[in-house]
Amino acid sequence: MGPELKTNLKAIWGRAYVRIFGANREPSWIISETILPVLAVAAYVYVYRALNPDPTYTSLVILGGAMSAYWMNILWSMALQFYWEKEMGNLDLYMIAPISRMSILLGMASGGFFFATLRAAAIFILGIVLFQADFILTNVWQLLLLFFLSMFALYGMGMLFSSIFMLFGRGAWQTSTLFQEPIYLLGGFYYPVKTLGAAVAAIGSLLPITLGLDGMRQLTLKSGKLMGFLSVKTEILLLVLMSVFFFLAAYYALIFMEKMGKKEGKLSLRWQ
Amino acid sequence: MRNIAGIDYTNLKLGSWLGWQIETNWTNLWVYTLYALVRPVASTLILVLIYLVIPQGSLKHPLFVFTYVGNAFFMFVYMVLFGISWVIHEDREHYQMLKYVFITPRKMYYYLAGRGIAKLAITAFSVLVTLVFGVWILKIPIVLANINYALLLAGLLLGLICIAALGVILAALTMITAHHSFYLTEGMAGLFYLIAGAIYPIDVLPGWLQALGQAFPLTYWIELIRRTMNIPVHSQILSVYSMQDLFLILFFSTAALVIASHFIYKSFERISVKYGLVDRLTNY
Repeated sequence: MGPELKTNLKAIWGRAYVRIFGANREPSWIISETILPVLAVAAYVYVYRALNPDPTYTSLVILGGAMSAYWMNILWSMALQFYWEKEMGNLDLYMIAPISRMSILLGMASGGFFFATLRAAAIFILGIVLFQADFILTNVWQLLLLFFLSMFALYGMGMLFSSIFMLFGRGAWQTSTLFQEPIYLLGGFYYPVKTLGAAVAAIGSLLPITLGLDGMRQLTLKSGKLMGFLSVKTEILLLVLMSVFFFLAAYYALIFMEKMGKKEGKLSLRWQ
Repeated sequence: MRNIAGIDYTNLKLGSWLGWQIETNWTNLWVYTLYALVRPVASTLILVLIYLVIPQGSLKHPLFVFTYVGNAFFMFVYMVLFGISWVIHEDREHYQMLKYVFITPRKMYYYLAGRGIAKLAITAFSVLVTLVFGVWILKIPIVLANINYALLLAGLLLGLICIAALGVILAALTMITAHHSFYLTEGMAGLFYLIAGAIYPIDVLPGWLQALGQAFPLTYWIELIRRTMNIPVHSQILSVYSMQDLFLILFFSTAALVIASHFIYKSFERISVKYGLVDRLTNY
């Protein structure tokens, strides 16, 4: 292994480490990351229960709620992170370190994925235990492929956002907020995305998580096939393309934004 | 006007002015207006779609107006809670100014409440737009002539004081927790959304959650607001209370909560000073 690769692997691990182990020093995460998110999702379960006792809706909401953990992580811990690092004064240090900036992004992504998975697993498991959410496994391999592909594409998208948000001013936080509920709406987190109609669902499908969630519902819910917007195979193919696109786009966006930041002197500009 | 009945109005005014500047001066008025509307409209449309997705559901469903109005007013809970508790994170970790606010001769409690007022003004606009959208576009059956405006305003004011007190308690918790307090606020708002019967009658909840809902002041607030707007009662549990009962319950529970928030805030402030948490950075 060449010294450059070794340094970059260490950088990935170093950036992921603070996310994976840093939280252990703050036990409050156990409540904020596991129990509380379930409560937020539970409200949607009870809306469905107040209207229709069909348990499929409970499973649909639980799966959407679990996947929302990843979207939250993308927004607040990926897209905004370089902006935060700039505001805290760490971005300058990343820039002068002898590593690829992509290693930092990959470290952030892997650490963030670990933490979001804990949150998603808590919603999923507690959803099954508390609400008797019912799931069936029709094709495990397709399900795993769909999940990991949607994660690759999603975190690639997060890396792209992070590069773009790097030069944002105070509007970064508000921009991120704009991508929360509207994306829950467009992505079909709490209902099948095809309810939105073909045109709007197609726009929503530009997000990897929409396709991933739609496919996972088709593979795990009893009447999932009826809810599907596209076939699972089409969704897998689209996710492969999205994964490649977002990782390449993140790479070039990072180079471009870094150059622009140096030119305009924005890499160390804080609190503006 | 500086200090009446122990309330530091100057600090409230300065806090709300600062909050307004931080909230709005990052962009122009039109972009900000769009920003203020997109999130509440999106969360409302999620509920509209839920009503449309079920086989026998429609916007004519008797529960829809109940859900719609409850959800619209619940925006105050989320936004004001978040507005107040986020101040700690923002001032401590982002602008790194919390320590300077601490060493001023002003009380943090009123500074926090003041910052919440800015968020309140912005949320009031979102709530109004959501209600207008509901009445004009979705044709929800609210008759403006049948609204008890005096009680609506009095109830609204009491509820907002109650939410502000809860926000200060969350801010106190945020002072001793790390940056993931963001999720803490999000989660607490989720808990309140679940137990307050904002979007469904609390009767559909299991017994222990119903009990929790009945012990929570904002359950009575949301119900009172709906009654003042002449929206049919859907909860058997709350149907035993008249509007006056609901108002009195809200009044006394809010008073208790405001007093409690003072003491809780002071205790947590002492802990954060003792353990050096006022200027720590945890934004990993």
